[in-house]
Parts: sequence; structure tokens; C-alpha cells
Amino acid sequence: MSCPVAIALQYLLNALQLGSVYALIALGYSMVYGILTMINFAHGDIFMVGAYLAMWATLFLLGLPLNLPIIFIFLGSLLFTMTLTAALGVSIERLAYRPLRQAPKVSAVITALGVGLFLENFTLATIGPEPRQVPAIIPVQQYSWGGVAFTNVQLLILVVSLILMVLLDTLVRRTLTGMAMRAISYNRVIVPLMGVSVDRIISLTFAIGSAIAGAGGLLYGLAYPVLDPYMGIRIGWWAFIAAVVGGIGNIRGAVLGGYVLGTVEIFTPVLLASSTYRDSVAFSMLLILLIFKPTGLLGRPTVEKV
Amino acid sequence: MMALLEVTNISHTFGGLQALADFNVTLNDGDLVGLIGPNGAGKTTVFNLISGVYRPDQGRIVFAGQDITLWPSYRRMAAGMSRTFQNIRLFKDMSVLDNVRLGAFAHYTYSFWQIVGRTASFHLQERRLTQEALAMLARFGLAGSAQAPARNLSYGEQRRLEIARALISRPKLLLLDEPAAGMNQAETLELVALLRDLHREFALTIMLIEHHMGVVLDLCQRVQVLDFGSTIFAGNPQEAQQHPQVLEAYLGKEENGEHGHAIAEP
Repeated sequence: MSCPVAIALQYLLNALQLGSVYALIALGYSMVYGILTMINFAHGDIFMVGAYLAMWATLFLLGLPLNLPIIFIFLGSLLFTMTLTAALGVSIERLAYRPLRQAPKVSAVITALGVGLFLENFTLATIGPEPRQVPAIIPVQQYSWGGVAFTNVQLLILVVSLILMVLLDTLVRRTLTGMAMRAISYNRVIVPLMGVSVDRIISLTFAIGSAIAGAGGLLYGLAYPVLDPYMGIRIGWWAFIAAVVGGIGNIRGAVLGGYVLGTVEIFTPVLLASSTYRDSVAFSMLLILLIFKPTGLLGRPTVEKV
Repeated sequence: MMALLEVTNISHTFGGLQALADFNVTLNDGDLVGLIGPNGAGKTTVFNLISGVYRPDQGRIVFAGQDITLWPSYRRMAAGMSRTFQNIRLFKDMSVLDNVRLGAFAHYTYSFWQIVGRTASFHLQERRLTQEALAMLARFGLAGSAQAPARNLSYGEQRRLEIARALISRPKLLLLDEPAAGMNQAETLELVALLRDLHREFALTIMLIEHHMGVVLDLCQRVQVLDFGSTIFAGNPQEAQQHPQVLEAYLGKEENGEHGHAIAEP
């Protein structure tokens, strides 16, 4: 580790790893906003629940006297986590947001904050405040390439995130379901007259967004193996900023924003020699961006018709 | 023979305003019926009640043998109904092709897991749908703009696209809300010919709201005339033009009892 380029690449790799997690969570904020123009402030806590679910699934599969292969444990945990977080997201929408569909937007946003508090405190009450250690299912192997060190876990996180993002992008851009999602964001009134059940599409959006946040929770646990009930707050806020920076409502924007925020978080302590300024850098960046490009990096301006 | 659509005594009020009172209509397979009347007579309200945008305060709507009075819109569309809108309601940022594909939504049945798994049946359905949509666009002379955003189309093309989108789901009943609005004479004539062909080609039952009397006279076998939410005439279009109450609704009452021979063509 001597060449400055190698050091920069090393940090960039770390930024990509963290950025992947932010991107996965940002996708959920962006999808829900795209379809309902509502910020689901409970989304960061769904990520937290996902991280805990992944931990339990892993512990359970490791505890079985079957000596399962690692890949099976990983995929099993991923499937379990994504299914349950999807169910959680759909239930939250059904019970908390749907009854407020016709109410002023602010009611739903305040309810979302309340749901977030509920998830945090429910976890606190049932699991307790002490941080939990995620078992290392994957024996870490370190590789080195041209002075840049990376691990198999880092690669796994990048690859799995990338697969999920490509799948989602394809779903939204190429399939009829994705088309219905985009159509609802343009005009919710006439979409039912195309034979589309708006409620079903909204449920599906919450299911997919929450499942991806759950996957983010599992991957986060692999890289940063300590969980606590409030972990969703800071990470959720950063992912929310990522979604806004990228252009909220835009799938590719959320991914871009995630990586931008990952870069900010990793490089701020390097350049400013202190991690204290991390949040102020991120939030200042958000403020400056919003002044010059209020719709985010990839967001398109809406034309207000008079 | 069982009627395709049977609307019995539906009424609707907005606040205290009676928008529609005791409206009745029966459409048999293959009918082409016009719904006319002055502005604000309640014509679009009829369409909104039939397509489920509003719920009627009273009355019953039976479509293809099923009581659909309380069904949500998307179920009615899936059951074989389609409509267009008085003010063009396309998804303007989406491509022309995607607008049409979306119209077929109810007929595509792949599940979430088939999408995630990207199964063969999912790919097959998506491909077949795209082909059908392209064929439909070709039928409407819009194939060349398939990839363009809908907002780039001319006004007349956007109207045609709305009809293409309504037809892709192969409806039994098509509700057309002022399809010729804003069209010039040549475009209107073209539209009339197109609608006549489509009526035959797709074995459609059509209900049409229109202000151009020429269009109504050319196309419709029957008309129903609304004024202030009440039906004032139902019968053949030629008679409607001579009917005193209809003339009064359009032209106002005249002191000496003389009025024009026909309702003015705009």
C-alpha cells in the first residue's frame, strides 16, 4: 500500500460496498415515492428488521445438524429475509397507509414516522438494546490485486446488489407491471380504466421495495456484523438522501445516489482527517444540490401547467 | 337475446346538483348508439357511471349478464369494457407502444414469481403483447411512432392512439367520449370511416358521445338525448333532429315556434 492510486482504489472499493447498501435501500424510498408521492419514513426500519431476520435465518441454518453448504445458507437466508420483509412492507401499507390514501399527504408521512418509531421500539422491547453479532457464514478470504486488497465478502455484496438492481430496473422498464407502476405515477385516476388494480400494484411496489431493503439488511450484516434496533435511522436517512440526490422517483437515480453517498461517507474522513464531518458533508451536499437541481441528478423537472 | 349492457334507472348527484336522473339504456351486441345533448347535460357522467369512475346513487348496471353496479373500474375493464376520454388522457411521457400495451393489462396474468424468475411464460406473454400492440398501431397508422413519447403525436394521432389503447384489450363494449372533438373536417371524415370499419372488424358494441351531428347521423343507429340530466329523446337520429324538445334544448325556446331544420353542425 504505497502507490496513491492503489490507496484511492482501495477507498473506492469500500465506497462501492457501502454505496451498494445505500442504493438498495434508496430504491425502496424512490419506488414508493414514484407511485404514491409519499416518503415512507419507516423504510430504514424495514431495513433494520431485515438485518435481524437475516441474522436469525443464518443462525437457524447454521444450527441445523446438516452441515449445509455456505452458498445454501446464504441463499436460504436471503430468500427468507426478502420474503418476510416483503410481507412486512405490504402489511404496513395495508394497515397504516391505505386507510389514509384519500387523506392529506402529510397524514401519511406522519404515520410513516410513527410506523418507524413502532418498529424501532418493538425491536427494542422484544430483542433488547444490546448490539447483536451477526455470525460470519462466509469465511473471509483476502485477495490482492495491484496493491488493492479486497475480500470475497465485498465481491459478494457488489455482485448480489448489482443483480438485484438489474432485475428491478428490468422489471420497471420492460414489463407490463413496471409500466403500470409508471402509469400510476403519472395519473392514478385513469389507470383503473386500463384494467389495472391500483391497490395490487401499490402492494407489489411495497413488497419489492421492502424485499430489496431486506436484502440490503442481510448484505450490511455481512460487511458490518453488529446490529442494533436504531441502526435503521442513520442508514435510512443516508439512503433517503441518496434517493433525493439521484432524483426521487427514479430507479437509476436511486442507485447513482447510493454510490454517491457511499463515496461521501468513505472519502470525507480521508480528506478531512475526521469522520465527525461525515453527516454535515452529506447534508450540505444535499442542500447545495437542491438549490441548483431541485429534481436531483437524474430527476426530470415537472412542468407546472397553468 | 340477452342485452350486453343494461342500465336501469341510474342517478347521480354532485353535492346538491342532480347530474343524472333515472337514466336507462339497453345495448345489444353490435349496437352503435349515440349519446348527445348540450354541454353539462350529463353525458360524460353516464360514461363515468358505466365505467366505474363514480358509483351511482341508485339504479343498476348489468354488463354481460353480471351486475357490475358496485364493481371497481379495473374489474369492469377486465370483463370486456373500454373507454376513451373527452380530454385526451394518455400517459404522455411513456412511449406510444407502451400506452397501447398498458391497455391490455387485465389480460396478462403472469405472477410476481414468474416475473422474478423471468419464466418462459412471462417472456412469451410479453413478446406476444408487444406484437399485438404493434399490429394495433399499424392498424391505426401509428406504427412509425411506436417508440416516440405519446406527447410528440399530433392531436388527431393522440385521439387515434386512445382508441387503439382501448381496443387492444379486445373489448365487447367501447365507450367513446367525443372522439372527433377538436378535429377538422377531413380528420372527422376519416374518423367516421375508421369507426365504421372497427365496429365491424372487432364486432364491437359502441356507445358514442359526440357534438358533431354529422358524425352521429353517419354512424349511429339510435341516439339518446340528454338535457339537464334527463333523457328527453330516444330513437333514431333523423327524428331526433326534428324533435321539438331536442331543438329547444340545443337552440333555446323561440317565440314564434320556428327553428332551424337541423341542429347546427359545428
